[in-house]
Amino acid sequence: MIEISETSIDLRNEDDILIARQTARKEMADIGFGSADQTRMATAISELTRNVIKYAGEGVCHIVTGASSSEIHIKVEIEDYGPGIVDVDRAMEDGYTTGGGLGAGLPGAKRLVNDFQIESQPGLTKINLEMSRPNV
Amino acid sequence: MEIPILKLKNILLTSIQSDMNDDDALKYQSDVMSTLEKSGAKGLIIDITAMDIMDSFMARVINETARMARLMGARVVLCGMQPMVALTLVEMGRELIGVDTALNLDKGFDKLVKMINEGVD
Repeated sequence: MIEISETSIDLRNEDDILIARQTARKEMADIGFGSADQTRMATAISELTRNVIKYAGEGVCHIVTGASSSEIHIKVEIEDYGPGIVDVDRAMEDGYTTGGGLGAGLPGAKRLVNDFQIESQPGLTKINLEMSRPNV
Repeated sequence: MEIPILKLKNILLTSIQSDMNDDDALKYQSDVMSTLEKSGAKGLIIDITAMDIMDSFMARVINETARMARLMGARVVLCGMQPMVALTLVEMGRELIGVDTALNLDKGFDKLVKMINEGVD
């Protein structure tokens, strides 16, 4: 797997949500992901970076793309230094919210990507999203 | 970025752009409501042809806008959803339930006029 691009986007305000998802979409298009996958990943990033702005105030979105002869790959790491998610299992349930939203963000984002990892403690929450497809 | 709200006969026509941030979305919502009140329009078209991403926040804003407009006596049609947006919404487990939809602006306009004239939901 050869790394094709690496971008870090500081998340400080709502406009950075748009920058993060637009960047991911462009990097994915560049290595040959189809528009359905671009939209899935961009939507997941939109959900998760909004959580960062809303609950933690600020964070970072790290986007890495790569390709081998057989596979194209994107990995997105979103981290923040906020209070953390008290009950990660419940936060992954549909309809569970502490913020007055619909509770669709985390479980919705998880359904859109191949691999979704979350770890959270006070002061550091990290979410990893990955997607890979055959390189055709 | 302000979303223009056009009045065409007794219909309000709005077209949402993809890269609007959360504040823009909430401002759009309140602008639509105040324009409805002032104009006395009987119908509202929410065109989302230019939206290439709809996350759960935007889905909520659009859904709420449609419901608010209906509470104010207007008929609402959402039109122009891109295939990839429909795909991600359904995969995420979100749908815009309770909002009348149409494939494009052309069909949406016809549908809305019919709804207004027939006075049915």
